[in-house]
Amino acid sequence: MFNFRLEERTNTPSWMFFLSPFLAVIISLFLASFLILLAGVSPIESYFQLFKGAFGSVNAIAETLSRATPIILTGLAAGIAFKAKFWNIGAEGQLYVGALAVTFFGTGLIELPSFLMIPFLFIVGALAGGMLLLPLVILRNLYKVDEVVTTLLLNFVVVLLVSYLLEGPWKDPMALGWPQGASVIDQGVLPQLIPRTRLHLGFMISVFTAFAIWLILAKTVIGFQIKSVGFNPSASKHSGIPVMRTIVIVALLSGGMAGMAGVTETAGLKGYLTLDLSPGFGYAGIAVAMLAGLHPLGIILSGIFLASIYVGADAMSRAMNVPSYLADVIVALTVLCVLLSIIFLQFKITFSGNKS
Amino acid sequence: MNPILNVFSITKTFGNLIANDNITFEVNKGEVLAILGENGAGKTTLMNILFGHYTPDKGKISFEGQQMTFGNTGNAISLGIGMVHQHFTLAENLTVLDNIIIGQQSLLNLSLPRKAAKQKLTKLSESFGLPIDPDSLVVNLSVSEKQRLEILKTLYRDCKLLILDEPTAALTPQETETLFKTIRKMVSLGLSVILISHKLNEILSVSDRIIVLRNGKVVGQTKTSGASRNTLAKMIVGKTVNYPKKEKLILGNEFMRIENISCHPSNESNSGLSNVNLKLNGGQILGIAGVAGNGQVTLAKVLAGHAKPNKGKIFINNKLINSISPKTFMNHGIAYIPEDRNKDGLVGDMSVWENSVMTETNRIDISNKFGWMNEANCLNQANDICDVFDVRTQSIFQPARLLSGGNVQKLLIGRWLSRNPKILIACQPTRGLDEGAIASVQKLLLSSRSKGNAVLLITEDLDELLSISDYISVMYRGKISNQIETNKLNRLKVGLMMAGENFNV
Repeated sequence: MFNFRLEERTNTPSWMFFLSPFLAVIISLFLASFLILLAGVSPIESYFQLFKGAFGSVNAIAETLSRATPIILTGLAAGIAFKAKFWNIGAEGQLYVGALAVTFFGTGLIELPSFLMIPFLFIVGALAGGMLLLPLVILRNLYKVDEVVTTLLLNFVVVLLVSYLLEGPWKDPMALGWPQGASVIDQGVLPQLIPRTRLHLGFMISVFTAFAIWLILAKTVIGFQIKSVGFNPSASKHSGIPVMRTIVIVALLSGGMAGMAGVTETAGLKGYLTLDLSPGFGYAGIAVAMLAGLHPLGIILSGIFLASIYVGADAMSRAMNVPSYLADVIVALTVLCVLLSIIFLQFKITFSGNKS
Repeated sequence: MNPILNVFSITKTFGNLIANDNITFEVNKGEVLAILGENGAGKTTLMNILFGHYTPDKGKISFEGQQMTFGNTGNAISLGIGMVHQHFTLAENLTVLDNIIIGQQSLLNLSLPRKAAKQKLTKLSESFGLPIDPDSLVVNLSVSEKQRLEILKTLYRDCKLLILDEPTAALTPQETETLFKTIRKMVSLGLSVILISHKLNEILSVSDRIIVLRNGKVVGQTKTSGASRNTLAKMIVGKTVNYPKKEKLILGNEFMRIENISCHPSNESNSGLSNVNLKLNGGQILGIAGVAGNGQVTLAKVLAGHAKPNKGKIFINNKLINSISPKTFMNHGIAYIPEDRNKDGLVGDMSVWENSVMTETNRIDISNKFGWMNEANCLNQANDICDVFDVRTQSIFQPARLLSGGNVQKLLIGRWLSRNPKILIACQPTRGLDEGAIASVQKLLLSSRSKGNAVLLITEDLDELLSISDYISVMYRGKISNQIETNKLNRLKVGLMMAGENFNV
């Protein structure tokens, strides 16, 4: 029998951190290929179709990147929160209140020229997302109410609120009975990056936000304090770091970025608020953040990866006649592999020959 | 002499660290064997192998001539080995009796044989002189009662060899005496005892034979009758250690004063404070003695702004302090070295340099007004601290958790002393350090005193307290005694006060 044991690594080389997500992707594609085999088609052919569907043409690339836009933002929302060990599972709800703010301010209540209107919409969306988290973070700080529960449950509350508003007071009378909000005014619509595609300015903004968060974490005092609080809140408190304040800031940043994802979808992709604005972008953000090891720049890559799987899976499903739900399987497997790889990053496995 | 336990050539490595290197010894029937050594010498690893927590890489152990299977505590217990860990392994919400029979019964057995167990327990407790109430809840027991219960638990399982890991760490000198009487009684009834400790006086008074471990090797074996403090100390450390001497100083001005402070305990294992008065003057070390859990930690937290008292006043430099937070107290010149340096002291997953500047992020040369950190200045600060306070690290970019205990403590104290605090509050600053590191930490405390600062030293090590503090106060159940000049005190007097006698408040 094999006799092995786990030994804690004193120092994990940085190339291992870098390599592990890529390895996780390869392993999950390998594992998912067995399911494709069950469907009776060639996995290599299927993955080729998936890749072609995601990156095979300008249109495909544009579609992938526009899908990546909200996931990068919700990924950053989860990433910065998890870095401080603030478990914000509520990006979905924060995304929708961001979208509500856009619908409230951006459909005619306020009219500004485009170069002011767009930043204004992002600011109100981010504020709305951040404000939604504020009472929850106060409950956590003062009464130790578990934020996993509160943020998660608030998602359903917000989605039901959106549903109420779209079926009732905010329903657009011009929408032929569909439950959707009024259209965002022209000055507020995010311009297209490539003509005749759905790729819009929101993608640039999400990439820019990722770089900004990276700089904040790497170079500023507040970033330093976020890392410190995440690693060891007690030692941080003993070093004079205001732990409660740091967590409030993290919550505002996190909720803010999730709210921005609501802005990109409402003012960029669709032009108006709908009930199916987000097919779970808030939850996808958690997977994106985990896959990237919470690194802000890694989140750009992992967000594009996730988007490409979802977009490509549709094409694969059409060409090969395999269900597009395979995308969910691949993403889930990848996240599981990344979580497993953490064991290998922290421990070294040594085999010894002697029997126990 | 017939050995009950033979340990032959045990080797255990953790990564590159050789925790036990070819260790061979035996324990005879009816003797107390003391195993001495500094922290990290391999004592605990060895005992964990013996008790079945770890599997060694190499070696053999036989108990009463029978080969032991490794990595199986059940096997060790059924052979007759009992262990009392330094941190007790009791279920606090169960009664004494239930704690004794827990784990003895099969899961399928629906009724517990409480009656028979109670009889056996009463008999054991009488014959070994270990009085205990079988029906009281463990949570209500004192530390020495809990220890008694741990010993009874092993006796109940018919243990023939009892391992005691640092049994006196949380006892008063008087309770220690009682424990030693029990140990003598047990060996006179034919049991064998392995005693692990680093307190030389205690080892010399109770053991029959001593083996000394250093860096995982057995470096000496001797009969206790032929050993002395000095020869043992030298064997443990491998060289002579120079402990710092304190010079005479004139008592400086008052820096801080608390009046009638009452405070709730910060956690269950600690007492709160009731009506505590205390004065801290420059140029003095005030030592706080007391059995663990009598309110020392709460006192330190109040003095450092980490706990809000319910009642009473705090003055710093004769000014009443109203806003209580760690930050404001830091700004008033208070430095706080917490008891648990790994949990509350450094952030282990961050680098040495990041830990060096953690308290300094407000400083204008560390971060500008936009909150942008100046990395070059941060690194300078870290290098300065490592140089001045002799923190040995491979690189300041290395995570702090890789530092040894002594270097963690030097970095922590150095980081605070580089702020030039007026008041240094140190909780158990030398606990678990090796002798060389203890000497350097004590030197740091004394140098802060020589600069005219006030030092409050909370420690359970009476020898340390008596050797470096100028005044001593004793804490008992949340109350504090007057400050008594150290040269008017000795171990015995302090010990009595720790037990609440002659305690004039």
